[in-house]
Amino acid sequence: MGIKVINISKTYDKIKALENISFEVKPGELFGLIGPDGAGKTTLFRILTTLLIADTGEATVAGYDVVQEYKSIRNHVGYMPGRFSLYQDLTVEENLNFFATIFGTTIEENYDLIKDIYVQIEPFKNRRAGKLSGGMKQKLALSCALIHKPKVLFLDEPTTGVDPVSRKEFWEMLKRLQKKNITILVSTPYMDEAELCDRIALITDGKILEIDTPEAIKSSFPKKIYRVKSSGTFQLIQDLGAYDKTHSAYPFGEYIHFTSTSTDFKAKDLVDFLKEKNHSNIEVMETDPTIEDTFMELSK
Amino acid sequence: MNIIRYIIQKEFRQIFRNKAMLPIIFVMPLIQLIILSNAATFEVKNIKFGYIDNDKTSFSRELIEKFNASTYFNVLTDYPTAKMASSAMLNGNVDVVLEIPPYFERNLLKDKKTDLSLTINAIDGAAAGVENVYASQIVQQFNKKAQIDFRLQGVAIDQQQLIETIPLFWYNETLNYKTFMVPGILVLLVTMITLFLSGMNVVREKEIGTLEQINVTPIKKYHFIIGKLFPFLVLGLVLLTVGLIIAKLLFNIPIIGSITLMYGYTIIYILVILGIGLFISNYTETQQQAMFIAWFFMVIFILMSGLFTPIESMPKWAQILTEFNPIKYFVQVMRMVMLKGAGFTDIIPQLLKTLLYAIVMNGLAVWSYKKVS
Repeated sequence: MGIKVINISKTYDKIKALENISFEVKPGELFGLIGPDGAGKTTLFRILTTLLIADTGEATVAGYDVVQEYKSIRNHVGYMPGRFSLYQDLTVEENLNFFATIFGTTIEENYDLIKDIYVQIEPFKNRRAGKLSGGMKQKLALSCALIHKPKVLFLDEPTTGVDPVSRKEFWEMLKRLQKKNITILVSTPYMDEAELCDRIALITDGKILEIDTPEAIKSSFPKKIYRVKSSGTFQLIQDLGAYDKTHSAYPFGEYIHFTSTSTDFKAKDLVDFLKEKNHSNIEVMETDPTIEDTFMELSK
Repeated sequence: MNIIRYIIQKEFRQIFRNKAMLPIIFVMPLIQLIILSNAATFEVKNIKFGYIDNDKTSFSRELIEKFNASTYFNVLTDYPTAKMASSAMLNGNVDVVLEIPPYFERNLLKDKKTDLSLTINAIDGAAAGVENVYASQIVQQFNKKAQIDFRLQGVAIDQQQLIETIPLFWYNETLNYKTFMVPGILVLLVTMITLFLSGMNVVREKEIGTLEQINVTPIKKYHFIIGKLFPFLVLGLVLLTVGLIIAKLLFNIPIIGSITLMYGYTIIYILVILGIGLFISNYTETQQQAMFIAWFFMVIFILMSGLFTPIESMPKWAQILTEFNPIKYFVQVMRMVMLKGAGFTDIIPQLLKTLLYAIVMNGLAVWSYKKVS
């Protein structure tokens, strides 16, 4: 009753938005689609929510075929598009009522499902949706997407442009919803959010690079990673790029994540090299790989 | 039913919350009705009239006096030469120049015939035509009087039958232009507002992204479209009502026919316009595009409606085109019912064509509204 995607492809004019995508989301799973802008995440969401028809391939959502049984899907999925798309000139309560009505239900009927989220915006229920803050808008949009008790919830970049506190709250809400037996497919460009999913698919340029649990993806990283820091970050990147043993060097917060081509690489070699290049305050430490490291490695 | 009711309720809420739209919907059309009805008239008054009197006899003076007595002409100047008169016309100081030839009186008395030259500034062709008619009428009157004078003087003239025509303008006895224009302008206003609002409405939901959210819901196409169109039908009827009240109170336009018939026809008519609006909406991506396309149709519809230029004087192909102009039928029906008191059977041809149009346009609108892209 989750989501099944088999060999989906979609082309816009000459641009391939999705190329032979296949994956499966188990019922009750919180599944993340992780990838940069333009990776094809929104196209995939639009296909799965029956707004777009794929060129080739099949997909089922909650057991219904996205093309043949699109009407049933519309009764059983909740969709929260990346862009806030509720009526800005209607109040919070009117928006919620409107969506409840067109799904043929009422707020009262499914109140328990949205209660946790709705109580936070209830004090503003007579405020127009356009006048809410970013985080509040997200909560309202989520409430509207949940009002008909969907089996599958699609969230397209729900936290883009939302402050860190609201982001954290939002993910906590998703975890609670998951316990209520709702399958959730969420897309995000933020790698830190990927760790909160049960399983993730790394996607770029319309292709899936890897599907696994966040832990497995991190541990699949083939090399040792060193975090490197010195007084001049810009010069450091330049010099690492020119270093003959460099496999990859990416800025990562205040550090540079460095991997080497040679298997018997010692941190001391790098320190010596950097000293030679007149760097001071040199720090080279082995570190655990993150999802971002894997993503960068795979999309190389 | 519940869903349609809620959509209608939502649409009305949105209309009444839009502080910029409300005055546009209600105040602007009424200002237009009042201004246009007073201004849009085909009568030409205060024509600047000049003359060159090469005869300077009692006859020529009498003819000029006749022009002077007319309310349409302002007799301005006596030009000594034709050259000066034409340069005055070039400068726009004079609209109509009458040149009376030398020996005008003598030729008229002796030969019973003479010529007059009338020069009209035809930059505005419509006005020139009207001025020509006015001037001809005056000359004819003068001619008639001259003949009678001859008889009195015992001059033998041919026993010409003197036939006088007395025009009788039915349904608008005083040829009051307001009576004629107000129903037509009212039609334009109802059309413009309903077309623009419906044309921009769905596209607006597209722009702000709510349409996508609606499309993933199990809402039925016809629920959505009925819910969208109904509020504008109501708005159109409210506008018609206010317009009729103004027509009656301010312009004293007679409303002879049945009000029910007028409203019944208007409902079908507005459905046509809403269908067109929705159709435009489905094929555009932004409100701006929708607005331009709506304007394109609006301008053609207005100018080919028979309101400002008679359809009978258009070329054949244009006359065929006007068959597809809903405004034409509405103008005809409004004038027939309001001024002539036409009954149901009189407007059946227009009614049937409009009904067919409504079915076709709304069919197209529903067909072209797709929830899947």
